[in-house]
Amino acid sequence: MYLLNRQQRHVVNYSWMLFSLLIIAFLPFMLFGGLYFKSFLLLKTHTLKDLIFLHSWHPSRGEFGFYPFIVGSIWVTLLAILISTPICLLTAINVTQYAKKRFLRIMHPVIDILAGIPSVVYGVWGILVIVPFISRYLGPWFGVQSMGYSILAGAFVLSVMIIPFILNIMIEIFRTIPTELKEATLSLGATKWQMVKHVLLRKALPGIIASVGFGLARAFGETMAVLMVVGNVIKVPHSVFDPGYTLPALIANNYGEVLSIPQYDSALMFAALLLLAVSLFFNLLMHFFIARYNKY
Amino acid sequence: METAIRIKDLNVFAGKTQILHDINVEIPKNKITVILGPSGCGKTTLLKCMNRLTDLYPELKVSGEILINDKNIFDPGADISKLRQSMGLLSQRPYPLPMTIYNNIAYALKLRGVRGRRKQSILVMDYLKQANLYEEVRKRLREPASRLSIGQQQRLCLARGLAVNPDIILADEPTSALDPISSRFIDEKFQEIKPHFTIVVVTHVLRQARRIADNVIFMYMGEVVEQGSASEFFENPKEEKTKSYLEGMFN
Ligand SMILES: Nc1ncnc2c1ncn2[C@@H]1O[C@H](COP(=O)(O)OP(=O)(O)O)[C@@H](O)[C@H]1O
Ligand SMILES: [Mg+2]
Repeated sequence: MYLLNRQQRHVVNYSWMLFSLLIIAFLPFMLFGGLYFKSFLLLKTHTLKDLIFLHSWHPSRGEFGFYPFIVGSIWVTLLAILISTPICLLTAINVTQYAKKRFLRIMHPVIDILAGIPSVVYGVWGILVIVPFISRYLGPWFGVQSMGYSILAGAFVLSVMIIPFILNIMIEIFRTIPTELKEATLSLGATKWQMVKHVLLRKALPGIIASVGFGLARAFGETMAVLMVVGNVIKVPHSVFDPGYTLPALIANNYGEVLSIPQYDSALMFAALLLLAVSLFFNLLMHFFIARYNKY
Repeated sequence: METAIRIKDLNVFAGKTQILHDINVEIPKNKITVILGPSGCGKTTLLKCMNRLTDLYPELKVSGEILINDKNIFDPGADISKLRQSMGLLSQRPYPLPMTIYNNIAYALKLRGVRGRRKQSILVMDYLKQANLYEEVRKRLREPASRLSIGQQQRLCLARGLAVNPDIILADEPTSALDPISSRFIDEKFQEIKPHFTIVVVTHVLRQARRIADNVIFMYMGEVVEQGSASEFFENPKEEKTKSYLEGMFN
């Protein structure tokens, strides 16, 4: 019947499982190692400090200052998080604590649809709606001249993109808070709003931080939609109405093109390494915060 | 004998199924009333009607009257926060608030309107002592309440329930998740504070009912089968269902 007896099959199955586990556990290290190895050509002639803090980006002259890209990425990401977090939090609280149950049932498919839309579509929407809105209305309203293609446009598009991810987690968190905890709070004479503010928010805090961290990681790595609206000008932005450039966009726009310039290839690998390092940093930060607030 | 809570023609529906049928009971003041009955007979639901926690469940439709101090708690104008503060709640498992041990009680005090740090701190200690918890936690008042053992947590919840300064205590199988020592403490505590509170305890444990009850409400399948003083109920039951329950036929 079988080629192997039961005991042998067991061993084979087990070793396969172990093998897959090991591959997954080592994947991040392999990525890191690979990228480090590939960016070595650049790191040999430039110090890490120069690469991160110098402003000038002239690959043909051998100047590789990543600062404008790093600043662009951070601005776009933080702004997007700043916009979407309060929206998601209020929506999650409303849908789980105040609205009729029916709402939650409608909400879920809507969120899934939003999460499934390809990022190019968000990009196109950004070009058609957000960019003109900023150049025609928002900019003049603040007394600023803007082409529309800007950090702010990138942040808007990005914030809409990450809403479904953050919202999904937040809804789940508020939904799973035990009813008995709510009953205990209300039985002390708390109003519903006091219960939300003093008890539910605190109970949900670790989860809220985790969801924001998840959104942060996604936003930081998002490429296409941002690239389409952010302007792609290599300059340190001075206001949110200025155009900018992000790390993922740098890689996507240039990889495989200008191989004649020495070290360019290696610089793009270094950009990828930076991305990886920053997402890892976000991850660790989140774990730290979650551990800190999870004690209740 | 004074009546603290009078329930008239109370019916509760969940959609088409009826959970409580025409409940008419009187709960005497400053006595321990035990709501007894097998699991699923509607004891918890009856208890939740009394402090309107049923409001949390939009699927439940409640009709009838519950009179406390001659006022119907279902009146549209009723102050629900006040109503709930007049009743301390102890649930089946302890649910400490996500705060420090100290703040679990201080929060109840704040809701009750106690202002001033000194006053609060004195009262917090006092309630912890009443719940026999002070000695165990006095060095760790600023630690999260969730670090306490289940028995300690339940005593903290008792202290918190007392801290709203209630007239009535509602307890839903308060000892079912506890170790024997904590259980006995809670039972004895009820006996001790009885002169000052009207206490309603839900249980499905006959032994516990015998031990603590002054007055018994026996429920079966959403209906009150029999009610009366404990001695009458245990010595001289009138209904056939009660007799067979007391003889242990239902388990
Ligand atoms: N919110 C609700 N929706 C639907 N059914 C409920 C709800 N709450 C309680 N029930 C039903 O009512 C019956 C009595 O429940 P409960 O009051 O918890 O009983 P007990 O506390 O005596 O065990 C059970 O059959 C339960 O399934
Ligand atoms: Mg129950």
